[in-house]
Amino acid sequence: MTSPSSSRDRVLGRVRRALAEAPEAPEVTRDYLVTHTPDDPATVLDLLHENLVDYRAGVHRGTRQGLPSLIGRLLADHGARSVVVPPGLPGAWLAGSDARRRYDDPPLTPAELDSADAVVTGCALAVAETGTVVLDAGPGQGRRALTLVPDLHICVVDVLGQVVASLPQALPRLDPTRPTTWISGPSATSDIELDRVEGVHGPRTLEVVLVAD
Amino acid sequence: MSGTYLGMPSFPEAAREAVHDPTLRGNLRHATHTIRDKRARAVAELDDWARLREAGKRIKDHTLRYLDRYLVRVEEAVTAAGGTVHWAADAEEANRIVADLVKATGESEVVKVKSMATQETGLNEALEAEGIRAYETDLAELIVQLGGDRPSHILVPAIHRNRGEIRDIFRSEMGEWGRPAPEGLTDTPAELAEAARLHLREKFLRARVGISGANFMVAETGTLVVVESEGNGRMCLTLPETLISVVGIEKIVPTWRDLEVFLQTLPRSSTAERMNPYTSMWTGTTDGDGPRTFHLVLLDNGRTDTLADEVGRQALRCIRCSACLNVCPVYERAGGHAYGSVYPGPIGAILSPQLRGTGSEIDASLPYASSLCGACYEVCPVAIDIPEVLVHLREKVADQGGKGHRLEGVAMRTATWLLDHPAALNAGERLASRTRKLHPKRLPGPGAREWTNSRDLPAMPPEPFRDWWKKNHA
Repeated sequence: MTSPSSSRDRVLGRVRRALAEAPEAPEVTRDYLVTHTPDDPATVLDLLHENLVDYRAGVHRGTRQGLPSLIGRLLADHGARSVVVPPGLPGAWLAGSDARRRYDDPPLTPAELDSADAVVTGCALAVAETGTVVLDAGPGQGRRALTLVPDLHICVVDVLGQVVASLPQALPRLDPTRPTTWISGPSATSDIELDRVEGVHGPRTLEVVLVAD
Repeated sequence: MSGTYLGMPSFPEAAREAVHDPTLRGNLRHATHTIRDKRARAVAELDDWARLREAGKRIKDHTLRYLDRYLVRVEEAVTAAGGTVHWAADAEEANRIVADLVKATGESEVVKVKSMATQETGLNEALEAEGIRAYETDLAELIVQLGGDRPSHILVPAIHRNRGEIRDIFRSEMGEWGRPAPEGLTDTPAELAEAARLHLREKFLRARVGISGANFMVAETGTLVVVESEGNGRMCLTLPETLISVVGIEKIVPTWRDLEVFLQTLPRSSTAERMNPYTSMWTGTTDGDGPRTFHLVLLDNGRTDTLADEVGRQALRCIRCSACLNVCPVYERAGGHAYGSVYPGPIGAILSPQLRGTGSEIDASLPYASSLCGACYEVCPVAIDIPEVLVHLREKVADQGGKGHRLEGVAMRTATWLLDHPAALNAGERLASRTRKLHPKRLPGPGAREWTNSRDLPAMPPEPFRDWWKKNHA
């Protein structure tokens, strides 16, 4: 085995030799569209709703005031008796549920997360054209494992501040130094005959709540 | 590349078996046609597809042109974010690095996210030899691993298996690897997915080491990106204490912003989705979230040889979407195994002979595994002109005078001599005409025999054209 530093030199040396005669690369063009959607908040929100539903997420529209009872009802409808509470989740959001709270302090073990029925979080951003919610481990979201192991994920999106139309609008609003998870519908696979089936390892149920005030 | 495929027969030989297997052909036709139409619809949703494709092509070309700078950049950024960067000149070195890193943790099993790079290096076999068991967690990879099989598609390595075959494999093999398949498992895809969920969950929850590849590495930030569907990727990237990612050096994009192009083009080209269910992005390590230790292994393994070829280097733009496989008439009929590589289909036909060289029979035959119809180029989201590279590689193979091409050389030299000696040519033509009743319907010899296996030779005319011309027009 060669020492790590010599392999580094070897690979970089080969790259430089391979490119010795190469012409300058053409300039990168970015004349693609910034968005494919009319600049109208109601249209963008409808598109988000439609695309989330298309990939089998449940979508619910509500008000901040009605949020506790909506979340309480969703947890009850799915028979969730325990719910993981990420740090920074507004206390009021769970006021309408009597499910047992599982706080991540000290951090829950993978087995403890596996025994929890649900998790409720906010998000960093939602992208309408792709039907995506983006989590960046910020307040009310917690570390990545919290939204992965429980089988039901309820995700609250603030319609006024967190919805963008497109990917080119989404990326500048995210911080690359934070671990980021982009979620477009529940876990799925196309591995059997290239046909999409929902429900493999991630949460098999994703409920997205669009809060409008 | 891995030794797994050493001694593979040439493409036409390997393809013959597949072409005569009606189950395999049925499975492939069904799957590729399903995805083909869906992809076309997903792409048609974006008015600016051609511009996104051009942008993707140029971003990749730019990256490759300054690859040395971007590699150093990514190393700096990952290191600054708490990761450790290793360099592997070839497959053996990559496997050695990973095995040593796993051993240093004291663990004897690892969970793996589907990764083309580690398939290419034959990592699982190398780990096995060191007493480390690697569990594949992607559903299709699991099917391949449990079935003792080889992958046959970039995105869906078990595309050659239908639901009934998958059920049989789960029933007979899952118990050997861990939790057995549920009693009375049927072949409905939802039940099969549930069986995989139950089988793998215990492995995810106890895993201490995860191994992945990456779809993209962002040079300016040191961010790695894994695009997936099932959540097995998230499990492997998030739950273990140690994460080791083996990534080809061409996977770099320069800026965070560049992801806005590829995250639009990759899912639509690959699974025909607006967006795949899960995309994970991470930069080094984060306190209290995910693995505490992160290793990035940068893999060359023939990529710099490919980079040195001014026509062939465009193959390094590939983002492994597999759209070219799904539209290829040759892939649809021959199946993935005939390509003798983890990279099958049109992209495999130009990538494998460049990564491995054209010394072996299979690699020398791959540039011919195409009818040059161009469908692969049409759908490629980074505009790799696969037919152009195929023709270029055919020239190289012919120039090196390998098996088959020695015969071509003999034929060309004979033709040259005959055309320089008209009397001999005349005599030969007349002789051929007079003996035509004795001519076989099939040609002997390698290459020629394959050609006439599926078609008859044209009948020889009763007299040579030049004699006929003299008689009728003189």
